[in-house]
Amino acid sequence: MMPTATAKPSTQTAPWTKKDLLGLRELSAGEIRLLLQTAESFREISLRPIKKVPTLRGKTVVNLFFEPSTRTRTSFELAAKRLSADIVNIATQSSSLSKGETILDTVKNLEALKVDVLVIRHAAAGVPHLIARHATSSVINAGDGSHEHPTQALLDLFTIQERKGRLEGLNVSIIGDIAHSRVARSDIWGLTKLGARVTVCGPPTLMPPQIEQLGAPGAGGAGVRVTHNVDAAIRDADVLMLLRIQHERQESMLVPSLREYRLRYGIDRDRLKGAKPGLLIMHPGPVNRGVELDSAVADGPFSVILDQVTNGLAVRMAVLYLVSGAPKGDEDEG
Amino acid sequence: MATLLITGGHVIDPVNKRDGRYDILIDRGVIADVQPSIPLNGAKAIDAGGRLVLPGFVDLHTHLRQPGHEDKETIETGARAAIRGGFTAVCAMPNTTPAMDHRGVVDEVRQEARRVGLAAVHPIGAITRGRQGKELTDFGELFDAGCVALSDDGSAVADSFLMRRALEYAKLFGRPLIQHAEDPALSAGGVMHEGLVSTTLGLRGIPAEAESVIVARDLALAELTGSWIHLAHLSSAKSVDLIRQAKRRGIRVTCEVTPHHLALTHEAVGEFDARAKVNPPLRTEEDRQALIEALADGTIDCIATDHAPHTDWEKEADFDSAPFGISGLETALAVCVAALIAPKRLTWSQLVERLSAAPAKIAGIDGGSLNPGAPADVVLVDPAAAWTVDPKQFLSKGHHSPFAGRPLTGRVARVIARGREIDDV
Ligand SMILES: [Zn+2]
Repeated sequence: MMPTATAKPSTQTAPWTKKDLLGLRELSAGEIRLLLQTAESFREISLRPIKKVPTLRGKTVVNLFFEPSTRTRTSFELAAKRLSADIVNIATQSSSLSKGETILDTVKNLEALKVDVLVIRHAAAGVPHLIARHATSSVINAGDGSHEHPTQALLDLFTIQERKGRLEGLNVSIIGDIAHSRVARSDIWGLTKLGARVTVCGPPTLMPPQIEQLGAPGAGGAGVRVTHNVDAAIRDADVLMLLRIQHERQESMLVPSLREYRLRYGIDRDRLKGAKPGLLIMHPGPVNRGVELDSAVADGPFSVILDQVTNGLAVRMAVLYLVSGAPKGDEDEG
Repeated sequence: MATLLITGGHVIDPVNKRDGRYDILIDRGVIADVQPSIPLNGAKAIDAGGRLVLPGFVDLHTHLRQPGHEDKETIETGARAAIRGGFTAVCAMPNTTPAMDHRGVVDEVRQEARRVGLAAVHPIGAITRGRQGKELTDFGELFDAGCVALSDDGSAVADSFLMRRALEYAKLFGRPLIQHAEDPALSAGGVMHEGLVSTTLGLRGIPAEAESVIVARDLALAELTGSWIHLAHLSSAKSVDLIRQAKRRGIRVTCEVTPHHLALTHEAVGEFDARAKVNPPLRTEEDRQALIEALADGTIDCIATDHAPHTDWEKEADFDSAPFGISGLETALAVCVAALIAPKRLTWSQLVERLSAAPAKIAGIDGGSLNPGAPADVVLVDPAAAWTVDPKQFLSKGHHSPFAGRPLTGRVARVIARGREIDDV
């Protein structure tokens, strides 16, 4: 069954020709819009009493997770099931690969079983790219190290568009550990390509060098705005995206302590007093309550954190559908 | 061993300021005569056919991996790769297993190199036992065993006190300590240059300062002790600036740069291409230009390959897990032609000097010139030969190169090592 895309006059899509979805950096604005429109048409399926369509019947999807992630894995699993694909979950700690056995050995074994789509999560950046170079099946990046997490960013874009009706011209501030965030990178590419203005905010230790040069050229020039001042990041924002601060950051001297981080960058009601009306609070989860985000805000009226989870399903259905439909044997790097 | 007469070649011998048509007579393994024309007189003629005739290249920085890592390289495969690249002598780095930190290992390496009989192999001993950076090795024993320098290459001697003592004690021997300049605390976990590409790819960066901090410290220690420091594989403009100033002040410092740092930048990492993963990392275009300039003005003394072979499966891993290193012996000359000769940054004579005489002088070995009486290490180069890099064809066991698929110009056509013609170049 073909999902019917409801094209809005201002949005131009591009046809999907890629074998893989490795990141948003290499996608055009038209390809991203197509993904979002396709997700829009799939969202309604989850509202039916029988939440299943036969679109990918006979296809096999493998969740190959080298790093644990219940949320993303579950979301992909349900997305595949609602499209009637067969899904296999493989959770491997890369450290437990027996000595001498490589990631590529694992993948070649799976390919010998004639699977169609590999959904890859790995703690090291570039693993999905390595696999995509050697695999004939489609590869979907479900998060690689600090590099990209394209389906998370797509669901972020989808959620903002759903709430605000547009992305163009919106101010989106991403606050937290930008240096180690794959979500931040994918969001920067996705948002700037669709015309939003992005500000990244965090302490200098969590800001990677030359981050201001990332992102598509926009009306105000290329790249993103960088500030270390959280109030400045909140002031004009239509959307705040908070990132999880991990405890390891304290150990590696990137922040003196989580308490110090909370005092400087944690978002609570007080801090939001001067914010724009209709501000959206987003978080890729899981939330570190009381560190980057106060519970009252996480569960408050501005928060769309659970919408993000719901929309993740539709977005992942769209991605599975599009990469499965693309012609195979494409030798080009996606 | 036949008497050989190389005729009809364009000789470039910077030490003797020769750059033109000469014949070279080789007898009993040494250069017997160099004249505009030499009669054959029963010698075996080698028609150079207008090719360049150069002193054999000397590599100050080669990882031969034996003993301990024979799956990556052996002395035999490494020496073959060296000859194909025009290197008639290589200096073998001590990060073997066990490390070359005592006479037994050094003897073993030299013995195997003599058995193989291709490129001459000059061992570099370790500065500290097991390259652990804790206690000094027995320098005297290592130099007596034939080491030409000492280095903990693979890692730096991080402890400033130990480095000071090492430099001081090394003065007894008049030979350099070679520093792999990398502050381990600043580079920890890093896999490529810290900059826009690492930020884009989400990879952990190694700042240029991880190198320049140690360069600055070692220059200060060399000044303090009056000892000789040689800085390996420079990668950054900052290091080069420090060394330029230090040389002006008369500090006893020499240094080297690799062909890959002269030819490539961090952009070569592309989409996580581990073939471009090397330590120190490929840096920015500004750094690359500074390295070329420093090589041209003499701040950088010589070119060294840092040939660092690994197995195919190791290099096919993801970027974080793949080991650092480029298999560089067989592409060195052509990469230098592309980076230095083609854009007219160096003349052929300058390039030859930095590949032969300059490293030979630092290593303190006989070679790098076509002096009568010198060992007959001679390389015939076809400067216009066009070829495409195919690492599968390498003689080295390391079949990985960031230059794979690149069309290059300039190829070693023939090699004579200590008077012996080597086939299969
Ligand atoms: Zn080194």
